[in-house]
Amino acid sequence: MTPMGAALKGVLMMWMLEIPPFVPFFIGALIAIFTRGALRGAIMLATPILSGLHLWGMPEGIHLQFAFLDYQLLPYRVDKLSLIFGYVFHIAALIAIVYSLHVRDTMQQVASMLYAGSGLGAVFAGDLLTLFIFWECLAFTSVFLIWARRTEKSYAAGLRYLITHVLSGVILLVGALFYVAEHDTLKFDYIGLDGIAGWLIFIAFGVKCAFPMAHNWLTDAYPEATVTGTVFLSAFTTKVAVYALARGYPGTELLIYIGAAMTCFPIFFAVIENDLRRVLAYSLINQVGFMVVGIGIGTALALNGAISHAFNDVIFKGLLFMSMGAVLHMTGRINGSDLGGLYKTMPKTTVLCIIGAASISAFPLFSGFVSKSMVMSAALENGHDWIWLMLLFASAGVFHHAGIKIPYFAFFAHDSGIRANDPPNNMVLAMTIAAGLCIAIGIYPSALYSLLPYDTGYNPYDATHVLAQTQLLFFSALAFVWLNLKGKYPPELRSTNLDFDWIYRRAVPNVLQKTFSIIWKVDGALRKGFLVRLDRCLDFIAQKNGGISNLLSRTYPAGSMVMWVAVILAAYLFLSFIR
Amino acid sequence: MLTHLPILQVIVPLLAAPLCIFLRRPPLVWLFTLIVSSLAFVISILLLQQVMASGTIVYELGGWDAPWGIEYRIDALNAFLLLIITAISTVVLLAAQTSISKEIPKEKHMLFYTLYLLSLTGMLGIVATGDAFNVFVFLEISSLSAYALIALGKDRRALWASFQYLIMGTIGATFILIGIGLMYQMTGTLNMEDLSTRLPEVAQTRTVFVSFAFVIVGICLKLALFPLHLWLPNAYTYAPSIVTAFFAATATKVAIYLLIRFSFSVFGLSFSFTTLPLQILFMVLGLSGIFVASIAAIYQTNIKTLFAYSSIAQIGYMIVGFSVSTVTGLTATLLHVFNHALMKGALFLALGAVMYRIGSVQLSQFQGLGRQMPLTMAAIVIGGLSLIGVPLTVGFVSKWYLLMALIEQGWWPVAVLIVLGSLLAVVYVWRLVEIAYFKPQLVGKESVKEAPLSFLIPIWILVMANIYFGIDTRLSVQVAQAAAQSLFGVSP
Repeated sequence: MTPMGAALKGVLMMWMLEIPPFVPFFIGALIAIFTRGALRGAIMLATPILSGLHLWGMPEGIHLQFAFLDYQLLPYRVDKLSLIFGYVFHIAALIAIVYSLHVRDTMQQVASMLYAGSGLGAVFAGDLLTLFIFWECLAFTSVFLIWARRTEKSYAAGLRYLITHVLSGVILLVGALFYVAEHDTLKFDYIGLDGIAGWLIFIAFGVKCAFPMAHNWLTDAYPEATVTGTVFLSAFTTKVAVYALARGYPGTELLIYIGAAMTCFPIFFAVIENDLRRVLAYSLINQVGFMVVGIGIGTALALNGAISHAFNDVIFKGLLFMSMGAVLHMTGRINGSDLGGLYKTMPKTTVLCIIGAASISAFPLFSGFVSKSMVMSAALENGHDWIWLMLLFASAGVFHHAGIKIPYFAFFAHDSGIRANDPPNNMVLAMTIAAGLCIAIGIYPSALYSLLPYDTGYNPYDATHVLAQTQLLFFSALAFVWLNLKGKYPPELRSTNLDFDWIYRRAVPNVLQKTFSIIWKVDGALRKGFLVRLDRCLDFIAQKNGGISNLLSRTYPAGSMVMWVAVILAAYLFLSFIR
Repeated sequence: MLTHLPILQVIVPLLAAPLCIFLRRPPLVWLFTLIVSSLAFVISILLLQQVMASGTIVYELGGWDAPWGIEYRIDALNAFLLLIITAISTVVLLAAQTSISKEIPKEKHMLFYTLYLLSLTGMLGIVATGDAFNVFVFLEISSLSAYALIALGKDRRALWASFQYLIMGTIGATFILIGIGLMYQMTGTLNMEDLSTRLPEVAQTRTVFVSFAFVIVGICLKLALFPLHLWLPNAYTYAPSIVTAFFAATATKVAIYLLIRFSFSVFGLSFSFTTLPLQILFMVLGLSGIFVASIAAIYQTNIKTLFAYSSIAQIGYMIVGFSVSTVTGLTATLLHVFNHALMKGALFLALGAVMYRIGSVQLSQFQGLGRQMPLTMAAIVIGGLSLIGVPLTVGFVSKWYLLMALIEQGWWPVAVLIVLGSLLAVVYVWRLVEIAYFKPQLVGKESVKEAPLSFLIPIWILVMANIYFGIDTRLSVQVAQAAAQSLFGVSP
């Protein structure tokens, strides 16, 4: 570091106390409630900048400690792993805030600040209880970004999203509880899969990380959120989960298989999906899959790959969501079948979207390339050949649906006749920043590498990597062109594609309903028969003695209460006598 | 003066009660009652300080020695309960005048305060005394005034609810009396300390078994343990708001105290838990209480009934903690006694504020209240979060201890059930939040304003306490632990 930089750092440390990064965001949100218009925008912009500067001056170590009950709480632990997520969350927050500067909606703006703050709180949490608190905060703040669309559909999707995440939090809490019982500490470090605590926490992380079959909240809710809300959402929730997995479960073999599944299955859904933001939601799962594989392999190279890929993914996935958001914002449509030919009137958005698409597809000289190849190399180095092949297939698939399909159907394809202009300046600026970062990281990866937790001396730009990746991209592009020319490419249709959530949102309830209706019928018949008999009995007794029927009919609630008293007393007496 | 604190704690509100009749003018009576209750609160703080500093305080009434005369014993447990009762009573009284001005006819105001003080006296007396028969006397004082207080409710069904409570309460008290009588027959003493030394000599007799069963059932009735809870929802629903807030936060806690006192001190730990399979019995009843009452709460349309059912569920948590019968378990129960008083006090007072402004606490009437009464609704939300057991609120602390106690014993299926039970609380709190914040306000209710300060101040005192004691747990945990340890005979 230059003397200049060191001096600046020193000054920063002097006037900055040890404030965890979530604090400025929460304060910013509070001020945002009481301000309006441009002032609010300025405050929201200033928050990530100031907080980011502060974080940059922060040395590693544990900065805050509290005693709670009998345990130490560490709400602010700074090490390389949490720092890199802290940096990228600040960048993402800044970009997303610039992107949403035109929004005038208190609920959405405040929620987004709180949400970003919660994400930061979670990655700097040094103990499981603090983590749990921010885990739930993430759920409760982000859901407002979905509800802010203010449609029936978004309300329902938001509620499903909220339930899933609250449940994940509860599982985390129970896991933490067992963890305390087993280890007598709440510190959040390597956890591992031995013991019930490890599994519970693993499941909690997995739900937030969109593991297969627990992924539906993501594809369900993200496309229903507001234009700007989705940009925020794509940055934080799943990345917090990736961070948590990298902290608690590096080198867990199970993660390799889960991750590989995550990279592959969304491709099929993404190819047939019509809503372009939902396509991106599927590709988000696919990208997270690469990170999960990296964490599962657990070597220094693999972890570096996973983390740097998370870093890049926040930016390029943000860029793609922003460009699709821009399309939705300007045209009011987002289905591939309704769009096309927009490049004529939205040239800037088109170019920026293509940069994002190139990054996610891992073109050399774009950011995706420098991180994804690390995970793939690590898979190969550790003898996971089949996994490597799956990842290769997934890479081709990504290029297909995110790299080509998104820009092609939105901006080219058949001309839909829509003549929408480029979006407002702030949106273009936000996308430009993101695109600039994508290219900068792609060209000069060592800046990113220096932030990573391990030093592996990895160089992405050697002949094998570049050649292999270029070939892959070239051939999948060829496949797309060929399929399209032959008319065999799945056309963009208005349809609802069934995913796994159909099982628990339709199939299971239907089966249950049917079963129960049968049970009710049988039960009803039985009861009727029984009641008739009982009535006869009662009538018979009533004839003999009117008093008894009166007693049995139990019309007096006080009487039934007293009966319970008698029952309980009798039971107690009986139990104490048989001893 | 300081040596007479134990008796002053009880006698001050007792003597003040009839004086209310002479003062007549409602604001004056209110002020007087408030001062008396604050005085009791100060006394309880002094007592707690004394107990924590120098151990159990023994006070002999009229200078008669213990087994013959009546003795007041204050140890950590008693002092803790006294503090809870007087604190809640004082805070609730802050809002009383405003609230009853709309719910009770003016000419009955002084009677209301008289009854309130008598009821307070009764509860304090039950906790302070060290004499088993004295317990019964104070139980009757507090119960009789409670029946009358509930009957003061605006709704005519209050009479019916009060009558039911009267029947059940009387049965409960009678059972306790029968139990005490049988104990007296076997040992010839009524002093609790004395009983605890003499009962073991005759422990293996039917009479003692029967006496134990009667006492326990009587107390279970008073504390509304499932399935003996049927009187509670109606009584809480139709009573005046202030009365509900006061009773929900204190009355059942006193019964929990009695349960602990009788089973741990008087009969002794080994007798109580071997005569009856109390552990499994209370575990099952407590858990069924949690689930049955929580599910019942979900279906209520009257919010007071909803929270009344939730009270029954919360009692379930206390009983589960009790049934673990370890120091940690008992600590959890005592913590929950303290914490639940804070949450239910806040919630029912906030409902009182809603009642004051719209004259109803039906769920449908809450539409749009999130915007019209933001501070009151925020209090309900925080109280609700505390009920669920969200971190940074008191509810979390006691649930945490409860779960630790269960896991310590390896009863983790029960721990899972407890967590599931908390999820039910999410559902019934959410129903209220959804209506209040996501529905447009009702036509014709546009002019509803935020509650007056006389409501907001006590409500937010309690809400702040909910948060403060959720973060700084020193006071509550220390005292609860000290009380639990002394009951188990472990020196702290």
